[in-house]
Amino acid sequence: MTYIAKPKFHHPGLKKNDLGYTHRDYEGKISTLCAGCGHDSITASIIEACYELSIEPHRVAKISGIGCSSKTPDYFLGNSHGFNSVHGRMPSVLTGANLANRDLIYLGVSGDGDSASIGFGQFAHSIRRGVNMTYIVENNGVYGLTKGQFSATADRGSKSKKGVTNTDNAIDLVAIALQLGATFVARSFSGDKTQLVPLIAAAIRHKGASFIDVISPCIAFNNHAGSTKSFDYVREHNDAVNRLDVLVGRDPISVDYAPGTVQVVEQHDGSRLALRKLDADYDPHDRLGAQTFLQKHAAKGQIVTGLLYVDPDAEDLHTHLDTVETPLNTMDEKALCPGSAVLDKINASLR
Amino acid sequence: MSVQSPISSVNDFVVRFANVNGSGSASANELFARAILRHGVPVSPRNIFPSNIQGLPTWYEVRVTEAGHLGARGGVDMMVAMNPQTWDKDVASIEPGGYLFYDSTKPMPTSKFREDITVIGVPLTAITNSTYTDPRQRQLFKNIIYLGALCALLDLDPKLVEQLIGEQYKGKEKLLSSNVHALHLGRDWALQNLKCPLGLRVKKADKVGDRIFLEGNSAAALGAVYGGATVCAWYPITPSSSVAEAFTSHCKKYRHDPETGKAKYAIVQGEDELASIGIVIGASWNGARAFTATSGPGISLMTEFIGLSYFAEIPAVIMNIQRAGPSTGMPTRTQQCDVIACAYASHGDTKHVLLFPEDPAEAFEFAAAAFDLAERLQTTIFLMLDLDIGMNHRLCRPLKWDDARQYDRGKVMTAEMLDEGRDFGRYLDVDGDGIPYRTYPGTHPTKGSYFTRGTSRDRYARYSEEGAVYADNMQRLVRKFETAQDMVPRPLQANAAKPTKYGVIYFGSTSPAMDEAIGLLEARGHHLDRLRIRAFPFHSSVASFIADHDFVYVVEQNRDAQLRQLIVNENGIDPVRLVPILHYDGTPITARFIANAIGDHQDHLKVTPLRKAVS
Repeated sequence: MTYIAKPKFHHPGLKKNDLGYTHRDYEGKISTLCAGCGHDSITASIIEACYELSIEPHRVAKISGIGCSSKTPDYFLGNSHGFNSVHGRMPSVLTGANLANRDLIYLGVSGDGDSASIGFGQFAHSIRRGVNMTYIVENNGVYGLTKGQFSATADRGSKSKKGVTNTDNAIDLVAIALQLGATFVARSFSGDKTQLVPLIAAAIRHKGASFIDVISPCIAFNNHAGSTKSFDYVREHNDAVNRLDVLVGRDPISVDYAPGTVQVVEQHDGSRLALRKLDADYDPHDRLGAQTFLQKHAAKGQIVTGLLYVDPDAEDLHTHLDTVETPLNTMDEKALCPGSAVLDKINASLR
Repeated sequence: MSVQSPISSVNDFVVRFANVNGSGSASANELFARAILRHGVPVSPRNIFPSNIQGLPTWYEVRVTEAGHLGARGGVDMMVAMNPQTWDKDVASIEPGGYLFYDSTKPMPTSKFREDITVIGVPLTAITNSTYTDPRQRQLFKNIIYLGALCALLDLDPKLVEQLIGEQYKGKEKLLSSNVHALHLGRDWALQNLKCPLGLRVKKADKVGDRIFLEGNSAAALGAVYGGATVCAWYPITPSSSVAEAFTSHCKKYRHDPETGKAKYAIVQGEDELASIGIVIGASWNGARAFTATSGPGISLMTEFIGLSYFAEIPAVIMNIQRAGPSTGMPTRTQQCDVIACAYASHGDTKHVLLFPEDPAEAFEFAAAAFDLAERLQTTIFLMLDLDIGMNHRLCRPLKWDDARQYDRGKVMTAEMLDEGRDFGRYLDVDGDGIPYRTYPGTHPTKGSYFTRGTSRDRYARYSEEGAVYADNMQRLVRKFETAQDMVPRPLQANAAKPTKYGVIYFGSTSPAMDEAIGLLEARGHHLDRLRIRAFPFHSSVASFIADHDFVYVVEQNRDAQLRQLIVNENGIDPVRLVPILHYDGTPITARFIANAIGDHQDHLKVTPLRKAVS
């Protein structure tokens, strides 16, 4: 629980990253989620990814909506500013924050209720606009905080813990993100850190709207037989299209992947994504192909994971608006106010 | 029936143009208003338009007023009846002795006229059709031709109108000369065929001075540019859309980096009002000055975020261009009907700062001030305009800016301050004014970060559901609101020429009608001290003004006496002492209405001596 202070000491031999920070410098408060929650694994992956990328912890803004997933920004990057905003409205708050200061890294954390139900519109429009962000949905198909109601990503025919069958069709946020023009689209599983950490790292390095749907079983309300978001179900139906390494001018994060073809994607900031392909047919630069691939596998009851689409030359909202390089929040009256001489001219034109 | 003599008046009359929406009449009508201004005679024009793009009736009313009464007057002295749909109603609305100007190309039965008015027929369609063949040109130039005829009838100096046309079409010689040609077609026809000028006429005066003529929405948008707003997020809604559109065009002129050409602003048309206010709150949280502009329905949608802004203490500026509610109400009609909705917006115990500008000049000043107030008080500031101020050109004093003025960014703790060892508690009241310090995201590697949330938390922003901790925070917010009282624009008092026991309180767009009504009331022997409220929370002078008078009229443009409710509620005033004067039919309040309502009430108060009553 959060009232228990997290001890600050750590092992003196703890490894440091390029900036001299240890893993502990990227941690936050102690989680108040249920023991074994998939969301805590995602938190661990975010910490790992930020550590690996040697990000200055305070240069990240963590923004969330409302729900179990939206509480998690308190549990990582304790030296970053966080904003637990309004249910379903993380995308707009993040968009505004991003417009104010383009120099920070924006991490949006949301859930399936937050993004697929109440905030479906905001999810869609932030992606459409190409806000430079990493948008993570911690997807468990269920409302945890209100005790087990179906969310809009719950599969049709899946059963709730109380035995109710869901008759509504599910929303696949990955399919929607692809359709809306997200320039980095991935899916992963909270229980697969090897896949998830590099995906988060790559998404952070991507300049544009990055979306990652992370299936994250709810151990309290959605981890039973009949659920399609349980640990067992996802492990059985997971079909990974690729494994990813992110190379930022140094050693790859991990190399012990299954052998296969390797495709290197160079992103705009110079970082390289090495994709170890598991599926020989899979091309992550083909938006249409990704959509078809996704639908075909969904029909077979398979959950496709991995990096499904990336546009390495993506543009973001600041490019579209042609804003100055200097963050808007640093500008004062000298930069912003046209002054009295201009006002006199305006007055003269209004007579 | 007695013979009604035609109204005779110089520089004091009302002309109303009845047009069809989308017929291009708006620019010709505006030209008419501006032309009179160039004669040194004040005008006060108003658009009366439907919620429609093309086809429905629309009116443009110009009050010519050498005395400078800028409120709506009521009544029409001359009707320019260009819309057959509304003919009967338009003819009926003319004052006895007034004038009817119409297109006489097609003969009208005499039953369609009135005997007590002067009828002026000009064969506009015939003149237009014999000159132009293109249907679009016929439509547009017909408007300029009637303007030309009016020039002759009202004795306007054609040189001044030509000058205006020249300014409007500068560099577009072809358009310029064809417009001037059309103007003279109409004018010459009138001079040759009609008795010119009429009893109504414009005479050069020197009553405009250095005043400027602009719309409140444009002025508020310019205030946002001067006030340092860099992020604007909005969703189209009448009558507020022109705020964001004006902000866009002002920014294009004044906010591009001279070297790189890049924009020192970001404007996003949101997918709805929720997104708009979300973007504003995200940007403000991150240290930029941000605003949105909306109207009543948008305010309803934004209320959850407004509560977050109040409780998590994030600056926001919301310009509310009020229109008649409730629900969709009358989207193109004016009211002051969101006072309560904004003052107490959102669930739980909330209170917000409201600013009430009276005209475009104050809209500019208050808009710029709103950003200082929002950052100083770390909360939502509402700029409460209405359609009457926002979408009509209004004569007002020139806009002013002091180049020495610096933005008040409020209490922001910097990396240097944190390194000095300053204690940072996001919700810690260090100065006793209820206002805590905040840090911008990304300030310091190890100090000053905090988790912003809409849930309850302690002074150091740590989550807490402890009753005492919650109450402590809520009390501090009350303290902060009390601090706001002395920061917002103060009420302005104007006393009657003679000492009086009666007062009147009013605000916003009621101003010009109220000023004029005072004169009308004085003529009836009623003297009133005036107090114009310019902001909420109310300054202590509001309560003392009420205490100093036996009772006080509260004049407002809504059904439920919302400002009066707010005064009663916030100051614990006996409601009996505040007499509501309410105008809420969607038209702008007039001096006649105020003077009649207050006058009738005052007449009843006049004690008739007993002896006189029985004799």
